[in-house]
Amino acid sequence: MVARVNSGDRLFQGILAGTAATIPLLALGIISLLLVSSLLVLDKTGLYFFVRKEWDPVREQFGALAFAYGTLMTSFIALVVAAPGGIGIALAITEFSPPRVREWAAWIVETLAAVPSVIFGLWGLFVLVPFLHRYVEPALRLFPGQPFFVGPGTGLCLFTAGLVVAIMILPTIMAICREVFNAVPISQRESALALGSTRWEAVRLAVLGPSMPGIIGAVILGMGRALGETMAVTMVIGNDPQIRANLLAPADSLASAIANQFTEATSDMHLSALTALGFLLFGITMVLNVVARVLVWMATRRMRLAAVK
Amino acid sequence: MIIPTAPGRARVDSLMRGLCWTAVALALVPLFSLLYLVVSKGMHRLDMDFFIHLPRPVGIPGGGMANALAGTLTLVLIASLIGMPLGVGAGLYLSEFGDGRFAWSVRFCADVLTGVPSIVTGIFAYDIIVKPMHSFSALAGGFALGTMMIPIIARITEEVVRLVPANLREAALALGIPRWKSILFVVLRTAMGGVATGLFLGATRVASETAPLLFTSFNNQYWTKSLLQPTASMTVQIFTYAISPYEEWRDMAWTGALVLLIIVLLASMLSRLTLAKNKAGNF
Repeated sequence: MVARVNSGDRLFQGILAGTAATIPLLALGIISLLLVSSLLVLDKTGLYFFVRKEWDPVREQFGALAFAYGTLMTSFIALVVAAPGGIGIALAITEFSPPRVREWAAWIVETLAAVPSVIFGLWGLFVLVPFLHRYVEPALRLFPGQPFFVGPGTGLCLFTAGLVVAIMILPTIMAICREVFNAVPISQRESALALGSTRWEAVRLAVLGPSMPGIIGAVILGMGRALGETMAVTMVIGNDPQIRANLLAPADSLASAIANQFTEATSDMHLSALTALGFLLFGITMVLNVVARVLVWMATRRMRLAAVK
Repeated sequence: MIIPTAPGRARVDSLMRGLCWTAVALALVPLFSLLYLVVSKGMHRLDMDFFIHLPRPVGIPGGGMANALAGTLTLVLIASLIGMPLGVGAGLYLSEFGDGRFAWSVRFCADVLTGVPSIVTGIFAYDIIVKPMHSFSALAGGFALGTMMIPIIARITEEVVRLVPANLREAALALGIPRWKSILFVVLRTAMGGVATGLFLGATRVASETAPLLFTSFNNQYWTKSLLQPTASMTVQIFTYAISPYEEWRDMAWTGALVLLIIVLLASMLSRLTLAKNKAGNF
């Protein structure tokens, strides 16, 4: 008997493959369109665009460095706060708490993750900015001989932006860490406890150690979100493209520059420069995402293999 | 015999556990502060006017965000028309035919796309729709949101359709039903609850987006009469009001935030619940 391929099947698979193909096409489309639209400014300034800090739309002088600095600094501050915080919370939930608390905690974290970024911005602008300005900044300025917390300031600054972003990426880091910790077989914790270690020692040896690649992946994914965060940062960063060590001074970020200036840009060169900022942002987040996914994948796969053995 | 733990080790143990719980407590402070303030400040202007009136200029009392509510609904509808069929199709492909190198690259690109900052998607929609048509439009905003929906829905669909047991597929094939019919009427039907939840989740995610709308659907103080005109949306309107210098408008921003937050949280809670139920095994 000859096996017969149903022509309906072939058509159906073709249609599904067509819909699936839109995803790689979109990815390629975004990259190439951004690149083409950036060419105008890159033609004029060359790759020098990425290391120059002048940004003067009137004289058509464009450089990405000040914005890149703002983006990287806010993400760095956010990570310093959210990475240990997220890991700690994930540990408290998966290792040190009864199942009932676990369910509640997961629910609360998902709530936090669903809050729209513009609402974080609103809260940051009217609650966090005045609070930090009045109570936290004066205290930080008391540290003598450092360049990071100086000057009068208004509360609209790198430091505030970093904190708002930290709150926003906390659920991301926490959720992935939880997944990674849950993938560690219980027998590993039990062996550590059976050898007489305390709860914390068991966690450090049996959970944190083997989860390292996954934790790093979670942190990098959180960083990807931090880099691309637009609305909340735009509302609290102060929008002044300068490179200063002072974290209490206003700054600007790649995403906020695009959000603020895109509709106001009158010249093609200005639009092209903003698109080039977008291209840079896309490039950074894409590389980070790929690295992070590979790390999380490696971590959970190794666990699953260990569990099977 | 019980050998007591050395005091130093016991101290480290309780210190580290204490630190973990401190992190939990610290994280709850901003969450409750945000929820409390959005509710208390938002209640101030929450009345019927909010849902039925257009925004009013500063100094004229009353006014609402009716057009922004309708605008967000329009944008999400356009996005769904683009994102849902393509996302579900791609998800089905990945779960049913997803072994080859092509499927691997689709998954990879979907992961890359979900990581792309949403404002970059906005630039893409601007270049494709706003620039050639020389106008901000609801269509461009919906397109930007739709682009974001495709990879989200594709991955959720793949995940829930994979949960359909293989013996259902085999039973259908054993009856001589062509594969396409078995996928559409047996596999997809079985997973329908989960897929629908995924669609809902995708729509909620894009409804809370602001950045990709700033220069695609832009904003509008009036009703939008055509999809080719700029349109207001809840998120952009909240942003515009929040950064305005007027007290009245800032109050409106908080009320807008309250309404948006209620919609988004209800939707996300509902879909999480049903998704959990579907995964737990309705099959």
